[in-house]
Amino acid sequence: MSAGLLSLTVLALAIAGYILGRRRAVSVAGGDARKLHSLPSYHGQSVFLFTAVPAFILMIFWLLAQPVYIENRVTALIPNIEADDAAARELAMADVRRVASGLDLAIAQGALRQADLDTLQAGATDLRGKLAGVGVALGADVSQYTFEAAREYRALKGSLGIGMAVAVLAAAAVGFAFAWSRISVAFRARNVSESFVIAMLIGASLVAVLTTFGIVFSLVFETWHFFELYPARDFFLSTTWSPKFGGGSSLGILPLLWGTLYVSVIALLVAVPIGLLSAIYLSEYASRRFRTFVKPLIEILAGIPTIVYGLFALITVGPLLRDWFAQPMGLGNSSSSVMTAGIVMGIMVIPFVSSLSDDIINAVPQSMRDGSLGLGATPSETIRKVVLPAALPGVVGAILLAASRAIGETMIVVMGAGAAARLSMNPFEAMTTVTVKIVSQLTGDTEFGSPETLVAFALGLTLFIITLGLNVVALAIVRKYREQYE
Amino acid sequence: MTDISGGPAALPVSKSRRGSLLTQDALTRRRNAAEARFKAYGAVAITLSMLALVWLLFSIISVGSPAFRQTFLTMPIELPEDKLDKSGTRDPAVMAKVTTVGYAAVIQAALTKAIKEKGISTDGMTPKDIAGIVSLEAPAQLRNHVLANPDLVGQTIDFEILANGRVDGFFKGRVTMETARLDSNIKPEQLVLAERLVDAGIMAQRFNWGFITFPDASDQRPEAAGLGVAIIGSFYMMIVVLVLSLPIGVAASVYLEEFAPKNRLTDLIEVNIANLAAVPSIVFGILGLAVFINFAGLPQSAPIVGGLVLTLMTLPRIIIPARAALKSVPPSIRDAALGVGASRLQSVFHHVLPLAAPGILTGMIIGLAQALGETAPLLLIGMVAFVRDYPGMPIDGFFDPASALPVQVFSWTVRGDPGFVERASGAIIVLLVFLLVMNAVAIILRRRFERRW
Repeated sequence: MSAGLLSLTVLALAIAGYILGRRRAVSVAGGDARKLHSLPSYHGQSVFLFTAVPAFILMIFWLLAQPVYIENRVTALIPNIEADDAAARELAMADVRRVASGLDLAIAQGALRQADLDTLQAGATDLRGKLAGVGVALGADVSQYTFEAAREYRALKGSLGIGMAVAVLAAAAVGFAFAWSRISVAFRARNVSESFVIAMLIGASLVAVLTTFGIVFSLVFETWHFFELYPARDFFLSTTWSPKFGGGSSLGILPLLWGTLYVSVIALLVAVPIGLLSAIYLSEYASRRFRTFVKPLIEILAGIPTIVYGLFALITVGPLLRDWFAQPMGLGNSSSSVMTAGIVMGIMVIPFVSSLSDDIINAVPQSMRDGSLGLGATPSETIRKVVLPAALPGVVGAILLAASRAIGETMIVVMGAGAAARLSMNPFEAMTTVTVKIVSQLTGDTEFGSPETLVAFALGLTLFIITLGLNVVALAIVRKYREQYE
Repeated sequence: MTDISGGPAALPVSKSRRGSLLTQDALTRRRNAAEARFKAYGAVAITLSMLALVWLLFSIISVGSPAFRQTFLTMPIELPEDKLDKSGTRDPAVMAKVTTVGYAAVIQAALTKAIKEKGISTDGMTPKDIAGIVSLEAPAQLRNHVLANPDLVGQTIDFEILANGRVDGFFKGRVTMETARLDSNIKPEQLVLAERLVDAGIMAQRFNWGFITFPDASDQRPEAAGLGVAIIGSFYMMIVVLVLSLPIGVAASVYLEEFAPKNRLTDLIEVNIANLAAVPSIVFGILGLAVFINFAGLPQSAPIVGGLVLTLMTLPRIIIPARAALKSVPPSIRDAALGVGASRLQSVFHHVLPLAAPGILTGMIIGLAQALGETAPLLLIGMVAFVRDYPGMPIDGFFDPASALPVQVFSWTVRGDPGFVERASGAIIVLLVFLLVMNAVAIILRRRFERRW
């Protein structure tokens, strides 16, 4: 029974539970619903919830645990694998899965029969040819133990699938019976079902915590693997980045961090003056009509997907900078450069700086402005000497938030900054960033277990820590600042 | 009033300020100039950001809009039975033995005949050169058409054939005679022939529906590449995001806004939501790769995985506006409901939530629009794969390989043929139109239904 069909069955059972529970509540009260503690629909609701929710939770956990269990059982069948060699395990499992899905297909298409499978010997029959016949291409001949593992895999998958259906339906039936038996005139169905609903609401809000936990756990876990294969000292201190699939690569993060910082600094050099001055103009000088018209237009820049900026860098800004600046000045011939990515990213970040600064400047009390203007200062003097110093912490917070945006940005640098890792001062040269390398190390056929792939997790963890740190600091500053004037 | 009788002479005259109030002194002039300059800086900054927006949109639209027009050849094509269906059974399974090579010959024959009939000179071009103005994809399209309608064999049909990408580029100004001389894929003579075919009415440009409906095409055939698979993939992902993040997001914001006591757990949840909203999107891609693909064993390139990753990414961005919408419902509504005997849950679900619904929906649509444009996490979960088969119907289709609109843009930009740059920009236009529509719906919803208390 597939998961989809099973969920539909449970759902049908739960709906039946609602209707029957409701009816039973009315009949218990002798047809007079006023005698019940709760409205009949609450009795139905409690049956519905007790039937559906535990069954679905069980199903989700079963679906999560099943692959792990199967993998443990199956890899135990394959000799020559060390228990802690994750790479070899992964590789062997991939083989087993491919053979197993091939067998599934072969049986579905009638090229093989289930009964034959149990007596089949991998060496004796041309399994590879048979599987190729149904459209599953294998790289090498199937060894006997892989074949046996695949057979075990299929058998386990089948029996566990049935087991899941039985367990889930049993859970639903037990929940149904339990809630059904509790229906009586005095039963506080409304209180029960409401606390049930509140528990579900808490569960929904815990998804955010689970996500953070998932991110941290997966990053730390794989980074740990990486540092087992590659010395941490080299990762943090080496100045060369040259991954070679096949071993002997040097994976120093410094050139990537340099590229990231260089691009972000250029982006901030573009975005901070433009964003801050726009915010000042909009909040201090502009008329109401101008403001309601222009502010959304600037915010459009934040709503445009980053892939659009990436393409803009690739087809317009990059060639323009190369033809008009880099080549005449003899600084390089590459259309993807730190400058290209930095300028385009700067445009993207403008609204982050301007909207937050705008809010913060608006939060400066009017009395401070009035005082300064009353002493004879011009509006610009008031802004520079009174409003901005008062708003400074908040503006710094806004800039930090923009910086964390810029550091974590991916598509613009993938398409605009280039892929060559180097430490150079020339802004018209192609350089690369942490995010670009995460993409390039994890895209395509990834094989978990080589340091060249796992390094992406170490890079991801570095990125996560940097942006999180910037955010926490920035949010703390902004919050503290807001409280100051409230 | 006696003290002023001394006259003006008694007033102290400031030494530093001679001259009249009507003429500004140097300091005032400097200060006023500084004021004007400062104001101008602000105006310039706003102009610059507006110009950046206009420049961005202009460059994408001007490069991308030709993708919606495509050059086709329209001519009668004879479908000879002895070549396409030797058995004469009209059984598609048997006819499928004729490969695209056989259909290429049919097209070539038809083209030669049409050229001869119109009396167009081909001065010394080889038959191969003449056939070269037709897309490499055209035989496959003709074959699919014939296999779908086997009865056409033996007849002469009018069929629209895609012109080669370079020929198409010539009419769009991307390819010129000079570039053709250096290009191994096209010869200037072929372009001359194409011009004559246009004059003869055989070749023409028209609106290109194929760009929206066709699947992706291989590196040599930009003219046949379309967004069909990518649009379906994006649509499936949006369904997954909507189905998961609407209930979870609403439930979480109802809890945090209406029920959560002030304690450690609530603080933990709030801090988590605030920080998740700022985590770089690529980190969610790593999470998806590690958890959904490696741990849970879901298939790569599948819309379900993309949808799950985007759901986790969008959730905090939905919860924040949803909480704001709930907060804006005045407490008197809750008090009134509680006053007539409703439970807290009833007051929230029967009164507060319906009143906050427009605001929640607006936030939801804007969150969906952001998810639709997100690229980086999808790269990591294998959505860049080259997919030519349309995914199946839901729910099974959610597990089939597919592409996504923004990822399709990315994978086109890394291809060699310059025709793909035009396609990529065209795809961006499609994406922007979708975003525009979603945001417009959000704004209309807000205008029409949002209540001011």
